[in-house]
Formats: sequence, structure tokens, C-alpha cells
Amino acid sequence: MSGGVDSSVAAALLKQQGYEVIGLMLRLWSEPGTEETNRCCTPDSMAQARRVAAILDIPFYTVDAQDVFYSQVVKEFISGYAQGATPNPCLFCNRQIRWTFLLERALTLGAQFLATGHYARVKPNANGIYQLLKAIDQAKDQSYILHVLDQERLKHALFPLGDYTKSQVRELARAYRLPVAERAESQDLCFLGGGDYREFLLRNTPQVSRSGAIISNDGQVLGEHQGLAFYTIGQRKGLGVQTPKPMYVVEKDVSRNILVVGSSQDLGKTNLIASNANWISGERPQTPFRAQVKIRYKAREAWANVIPLENGRIRISFDEPLRDITPGQAAVIYNGDMCLGGGIIQSSTG
Amino acid sequence: MNLVYLDYASTTPLDPRVLEIMLPYFSEKFGNSSSIHVYGQQADSALEDARANIAQLLNGLPGEIIFTSGGSESDNMALRGVAFAQRNHRGANHLLISATEHPAVSRTAEQLANLHGFKLEYLPVDQYGTVHPSEVARRIRPDTALVSVMFANNEIGTINPIDEIGAICKDRDIPFHTDAVQAAAYLPIDVQKLNVDLVSLGAHKLYGPKGIGALYIRKGTSFIPSLTGGEQEHGMRAGTHNIPYIVGLAESLRLAQVERHARHNKLRPMRDRMIGYILEEIPDSRLTGHPVNRLPNHASFVFDGVDGNTLLMMLDVAGYACSSGSACKTGDPEPSAVLLALGLPRAWALGSLRVTLGKDTTSQDVEAFLSALPGIVKQARGLSENVK
Repeated sequence: MSGGVDSSVAAALLKQQGYEVIGLMLRLWSEPGTEETNRCCTPDSMAQARRVAAILDIPFYTVDAQDVFYSQVVKEFISGYAQGATPNPCLFCNRQIRWTFLLERALTLGAQFLATGHYARVKPNANGIYQLLKAIDQAKDQSYILHVLDQERLKHALFPLGDYTKSQVRELARAYRLPVAERAESQDLCFLGGGDYREFLLRNTPQVSRSGAIISNDGQVLGEHQGLAFYTIGQRKGLGVQTPKPMYVVEKDVSRNILVVGSSQDLGKTNLIASNANWISGERPQTPFRAQVKIRYKAREAWANVIPLENGRIRISFDEPLRDITPGQAAVIYNGDMCLGGGIIQSSTG
Repeated sequence: MNLVYLDYASTTPLDPRVLEIMLPYFSEKFGNSSSIHVYGQQADSALEDARANIAQLLNGLPGEIIFTSGGSESDNMALRGVAFAQRNHRGANHLLISATEHPAVSRTAEQLANLHGFKLEYLPVDQYGTVHPSEVARRIRPDTALVSVMFANNEIGTINPIDEIGAICKDRDIPFHTDAVQAAAYLPIDVQKLNVDLVSLGAHKLYGPKGIGALYIRKGTSFIPSLTGGEQEHGMRAGTHNIPYIVGLAESLRLAQVERHARHNKLRPMRDRMIGYILEEIPDSRLTGHPVNRLPNHASFVFDGVDGNTLLMMLDVAGYACSSGSACKTGDPEPSAVLLALGLPRAWALGSLRVTLGKDTTSQDVEAFLSALPGIVKQARGLSENVK
């Protein structure tokens, strides 16, 4: 529970459905000095969550996860950037913190399920295989983030909000008289406390500011970059190069510390390789198949041929080139509403 | 579910006998003790009866008792009141407090040091958390404004030799304060025998109401009031008297003192059984605090490689309300300063558990708890990403 509307309503729904509910709040790591602004567990949000638990008449505990969050999420975030990727720490957090560390503690307390306020659905099929489905509210669907779950975790997972729209959830909060503040929706990372990720990286891994050359596709030196971590694939603004046509970041070559830029046509890539594959069913498909793939949380799905490879890798070939294939983000594979799994993007090629 | 409360050092339920005595003062006898009329006189009479009764229990004078909002205010008032007065009167600037004080004392002393320029020195404790009089004798100075050593520790239950420390202070003519908030529930508080100049008391640790306490200030102690206003409490603490609570404090303190032996006899055997069993049955467990000189209802432990907050959560879900020693519900795993002062390694200090018994504790409760605890500690140790 975070004190926000989603987890509060999720708890209320479960309580109403007759579950014996225990509220848990994760206390996550904040950069020293930013504890008051950390989005998920400020003293304010803790008081709010406690208040919600009291109204629902359920026990409530905070679970300290600062060390494990730092070592398994923040360090990965920093090292991902240092390696030229644009990591998505929410993926590590869901896999390592919520659905490993917290799940283990919930089960130790004697719980059968761990429920969260995520917008997604989980349903067993006729063979008893748990399926991860998109939320009814497609605009809020969070199956992208949850694609890291496996059968062992899904069988303990409850997503009470999956069948509701966000506006219904807000109405439920009012109906349950929950004092949840409407917080601004934000995609900022919780541990940045509203700060800029570039400054965070500079403070925590100063070597990311190693400057180097900006080079065009055809090898011309166009300028100097301030450190590869500060640029994202597809970025146009802030490159500081003078060219007749707009230029975009098309590649970050970490080994040579070079930022490669090109025209919008150069940006489109058709193939990607992902690693750390997770297949929700627990079984790697034996043959290539057609599916829809999302390459970012908010990206549109795109049709592709999906080719499962050895060693947890996946090759994905899109029907049309995509502009924003970004190493470090997840490629998540869907069959209609069903999330089949995904992996972390390693590289892309034309 | 059947819940077992094992956190009496944190707070206690109100004794029904105390409640009964308090009730008329909320309604029929509601007067303001400062008023001239009969209503005021009724209230004033209850106030002064309570003050006289407490003075008698402490072997002091009624004029030496100041009512406060509780133990924390008493501690604050004692430290600030004496420190500022001592500096004003004779330039004394040195504060000497033990390393295991309650935050109401230690944070106040830190503020006096950080904002007001006092020199703060800590008295070390031994492995049981005891302050040795020899350390006081070694560190006390002519310019010491105040010595403050708690009577019995809230986290580890250790009882300090207050009378001997007091004798040293008395000999040097240095004011001596003791926080007796925990001790008053189980130990005689005789201000003459203890050689103390100031004593902090709170009602809710001894089956009285929350929000009321007292500060004993020995007559003749220079003192600057920190809550100024009306002339209540001899001008030492302004504010309309909370008569029902003051009456409740006096009665709860009286009951604690007259029933002291009965309470000891009921709780000590259960407490000893618990300590023996836990140290025997749970590997890598240690008792914290003094094995003998400790409050009779108080048991406290550390377990190697256990996250204390997780342990408390698991115990609560299993129906046992315990504490880690200091009330903390934010999930911050910082080990307690008291446990670190004992010299415990961090990995041990993080796994602390305090079990404190009280009037409603039964031996069945204790046995049920003892049968559950070893398994829960084992489970807590088995969690991945545990204390490193």
C-alpha cells in the first residue's frame, strides 16, 4: 500500500470480497536528503496508507527494503546507464522487490496471495497455467511492467483493479470514503524524488560525464557529447550540432564513447535482440510466431515475428521499422490481451 | 483472533479502579482549580490531595511536585529548567547524561548543546547498560549544571544504582535528575534514599491515563520554568489543571506502590521462565540488559541475523504484540543507540525483541508465546536479503 488511490481501493475491494487482508508498505531507498519527496514512501504517504488501513480495519506494516532496493534496483539503474542503456528500474523493482522480496515476506506471514494496485489481470487457463492479461482499462494497463512474473509468482498474485477503469477506481475510493489524495500521475522514478536523472547519475557515477565525439552515420565528426548516459535513442533536442536537417540519436557506442546521430530515416530499426527472456507460461515457444510487441511502457504495439533463441534471448523482427528501440527497455510480447512474456532489449539493427 | 499484549513497557491499559476515581472530575466536579467559587474549590481540593498523596509516596513535600503532560515533558522541563538556571546563577555549562537515556532526555540534552552552547558529555555504560557510580565521580566537574541518569531503562530493563550516583552528586552539590518513568511501576521512589533532586514520572506506564505526569523538584533547586503563563504549579508550569488526569496519576502511582510486592511476585516467575526458555531454545540469542538488576516484568533479547521489524510484524500477525524496545513503526531498521551503547554488533542489534509483561498476562499467554517464538525467529532468519 502506498497511500495512493490504486492500492487503497485494491485493499478495500479485497476486504469487501471477504479476504483477510494485511496492508504492507515498502520502505524503499531514497537518495539521502530526498526522503521527503520520494514518490512512493514519504512520511506523508506512509501516514496516508496507515489511515487507509485504519479505515478498512486491517493490520498495516511497513517493510524495510532500502538495502535490497539499492543493491538490486538503483545499482542496476546506474550500471545500465554506464553501459549505454536506458534501464527501466520499475522492471527490476517488480521482479526483485515486489514479487520476490515482498512476496517472500507475505508468504512467511501466512498469506496465500500478494495483491497490488496494478492494472492487469491474472487468470488460470483450462490446464491450470496462469495467464497474465491486459487490464480492462487499456489506457492504464500495466502488464508491460508485470511481464517479468512467472508461474510461481502469478499463482500468488491478485490484481483487484484489473477489471476496473481508473475512473471507476476513483469512484470506488469515494464510495469507500477513502481519504486518498489525487496525486499527479508521474512517470518519474520514485527514488529520484522529482529530481533529474542526469544529476542523479552525475552524483552517483561521475564517470558517465566522460565527453566524446558526436559522429554522423557516414563518419563525420559533428560535435562533442557530454556523456553517453545523458542521451536517449531518438533524441533530437539538445545535441548542439549544426546540420541542415534535424539529427537524431541513433546509436550509443559505449566501447568507443561515441554518440552516433542520423536523419529520421536512419532512426528506424526493424530488428532487435532481447535477453533475460521471461515466458509467462514457463515454457519457451519452440517455433517462431507472429505477435504484437511493445518496446516501451507507453509505446504502441507493433506486429512482429518473434523468434525465441537459446540462452534466454529473443530475436524480434518488426513488420515496419520502429524509431525508438532502446537498449535497457523491455520488449513485451502480446497475443491480443494476453501477455506472453518479454525480455530486455540489448541491440537493434536495420 | 486471540491477541496477546506483551508490550506493557510501551503503555498499559487503564486500571478500572483508577478510571472510577477519575470519572466524577470530568462532569460533576468539573471546576477550574484557580477559580474562587465552590466549583473551583472542589477541583483545587482534588488537585492538592493528589499532590500531597504523590509527595507522600515519594517521601517529598507537596510543594516539590509539579504536574506535567507526561514523562517526556517532565524530562524536558527538568533538563531545560535546571541547565538554564545553573548557567544563569553560576555559569555552569556542562551536562552529564548516560549513554542509554530515553530520547526525551538525550535529544533535549543534544538541543541544549547544539543550540544553547552547553557541553554535553555521556556517561558510558557496561555490557548490561549499567552506569557505574565511579564513572560519574570521574566525570562530574565543578561546572556541571546537571547529571541525568535514568532509573530503569525502557529498552533493556536495567536498573541503575541511582542512590549511589545521587550521593556523589549531593556531595559535589550538583543537581541530579532521574527519569523514573519505567521504574515507578515497580520500584520504590524515595527521593531521600535515592539522593535525587529531580524525578520524572508518567502515569500511563503504571495503569494510569496517558497525557499526565509529574516532575519532582527538590526544594531549593534553582529552576527556570519553560512553560510560562499563569501562576499554576507555583509558577513553574502554566496551564489549567487537568484534574481528572491528575487524580488518575495519583491513584495509579499509589496502587503501583502498595501492590508492588504482589505485582513482582506475579510477574517475575513468568518473566524468568521466559528468559530461560528463549535463551535455551533459540540459537544465537542473547539477553540484553542486566540479568538480575532489571525490572521484574521486563525481558529483552537480540537474535543474530534477524530483522527486528520483520520479527515484530510476524509476531503481530501470529497474535503477539511485542516491541523492539523503542516504538518505531516506520520500518526504519537503524539499530537502537542503547543497544549499540552495550557494544553489541550491528547484526545483533538489528534483531531486538522486547517482551514486557503486565497485570493481564497469564502463564498460558507466556507458554503460547514461547511455543510460537522459536519457529517465528527461524522463519525470519530464513528470509533472503536479511540483515547482513
